[in-house]
Amino acid sequence: MSGKTLAEKILSRVSDRDARAGDLVIVPISRVMVHDSVIDAVIAGLRALGRERVWDTSRVAVFVDHAAPAPTPVVADSHRVLREWVRAQGIATFYDAGEGVCHQIMVEEGYCEPGTVIVGSDSHSNSYGAVGAFGAGMGATDVAVALALGRTWLRVPESIKVTFTGRPRKGVTMKDAIMRVVREIGTDGARYACVEFHGAGALPQGDRITLAGMTTEMGAKAGIVVGTPEAPDWLYPDPGAAYANEIAIDLTTLEPQIAVPPRVDQVVDVSQAAGQPVDVVFLGSCTNGRLVDMHQAAAILRGRRIAPNVRLEVVPSSRRQMEDAMADGTLLALSAAGAVIGSSGCGPCLGRTGGVLAGEEICLSTANRNYRGRMGSADAAIYLGSPYIAAVAALTGMIDDPRPYLEATDEEFDALVARRRAERPERGTSSFRSGDRSRELVFAAPRGVALEVDD
Amino acid sequence: MPRAWTFGDDLDTDQIVPGRYAPFMVGQDKFHTYAFCDARPGFAKEVRPGDILVGGENFGCGSSREYAVAALAKLGVGGIVAKSFARIFFRNCINLGIPVIESADAIGLVRDGDEVTLDLTGGVLRTPQGDATLRPLAAFAREILDAGGVVAYLREHGDFPAAR
Ligand code: SF4
Repeated sequence: MSGKTLAEKILSRVSDRDARAGDLVIVPISRVMVHDSVIDAVIAGLRALGRERVWDTSRVAVFVDHAAPAPTPVVADSHRVLREWVRAQGIATFYDAGEGVCHQIMVEEGYCEPGTVIVGSDSHSNSYGAVGAFGAGMGATDVAVALALGRTWLRVPESIKVTFTGRPRKGVTMKDAIMRVVREIGTDGARYACVEFHGAGALPQGDRITLAGMTTEMGAKAGIVVGTPEAPDWLYPDPGAAYANEIAIDLTTLEPQIAVPPRVDQVVDVSQAAGQPVDVVFLGSCTNGRLVDMHQAAAILRGRRIAPNVRLEVVPSSRRQMEDAMADGTLLALSAAGAVIGSSGCGPCLGRTGGVLAGEEICLSTANRNYRGRMGSADAAIYLGSPYIAAVAALTGMIDDPRPYLEATDEEFDALVARRRAERPERGTSSFRSGDRSRELVFAAPRGVALEVDD
Repeated sequence: MPRAWTFGDDLDTDQIVPGRYAPFMVGQDKFHTYAFCDARPGFAKEVRPGDILVGGENFGCGSSREYAVAALAKLGVGGIVAKSFARIFFRNCINLGIPVIESADAIGLVRDGDEVTLDLTGGVLRTPQGDATLRPLAAFAREILDAGGVVAYLREHGDFPAAR
């Protein structure tokens, strides 16, 4: 028998049998993640099952993040029901509105045990593969069943091996890398499969979340990074494991990538989308709402002012990320540049709260989805890109290659921005802003606060 | 007689029920009236119990939102035949008792509005243009569907069907 992929290894271990791709296994779950947007259906499911109590309160994590803080009375009522349910069940792992996106907290607070199966009520639960867990997103009824039994059924997935080599050049990120992979594999190229990432284990945890989470955009059941610092020794695919497909990406030649609406796999090199005007820029989500993402945006925006007629929304992915960005002056720099700072959570990523898009509006988002209607109006268009590209778009009002900006002297930079702004076709209306304190504030920041940005 | 509604490839759950019309946003009794409101206006009014949706590749991709499937179940959709299904959507349909069956030739054969019959036992979708072949469902899924969904199955049996 050939060696095993990472998915086969994990599922063999937890199901206590020789699990091979295609087998159906029933497996114990190490944790169930539930969030606000499906809680009603999950509670109804548990009730319908005739099981009022979850199987193990210490293995359940609950989050209010998808429409938080509540934008409407209906949502507020649903949040109230959720809080009452959490209290009645005695679930201690509960993160209320403003704490952040479920996936970010699950990984950064250590709720994802490497080598185990985690069921989440969210399609991006694949993110837990960032630390070597088999995270699978499921619908409300599956989640209710998981909460009742502590087990779920899975078809052992085939695996697709993605190998990264080299390091990206300045201005190119792992967001570009994963969009390059989506471009290669397509929205359903990894359907039912596990995407196994090689050559990414040593990356910062945030980059690994970006990679693992976006395997959802290829239809994957799970996405797991090999060789992370969190993973135990056994958690390694065998040599000679059989893969359904293998892809190699050379990061050293990677160009910044843009996903063109309305498909996440309609991905082009940034040069092909350069000049595309935008009205709104969103920096945030479980894909790109971390401190490092805000650093990258601030590397472009610090001490400057976003373009007239453009709105910038920054939503940190967790309170920890937000407070770190407050402490080192990054959020101040972004606010002074004209950003609207939202409380940590999903924000406008899914069009429910915190700045939804109007018809005809064009958005550059650092999130992971650009379907029609995703962020509000069905007539809005969403381009996806890295935080660097987002920052340049906020500054110039159009999509552009961020690298010349990162290399430019101050003078060259200003000339580049002025030229781009002049080229931008008229869109939207400009509004008065309460004083332009961008330079003043940033340079008056207390000593010891990092003004230098590490990208 | 059930009617066929045809759709293309990569139909995502945001098109089935847009996020802004989630039960969470509009209430439990209304969300299904927004089914396909952007992608196929009029659907929720005109669809009749037992109607069959026929699609291409990757039907139901995107968000894991089960209410997209719940909306179809509420409207009485009798089954979905597509070249392939997105994974979470597939599970959700089985769980909520909507037959989801793969067929390579159905979408090429059937025309929107055709009167059709879904014959699970015979393994075909009957259309005016001839029969489309259905891929047999796994026994595990079939057992859950026959019970009317996973909740009904578990209530009756207390545990999953045996894994094979
Ligand atoms: S940030 Fe966006 S993609 Fe991530 S969990 Fe929230 S809604 Fe989903």
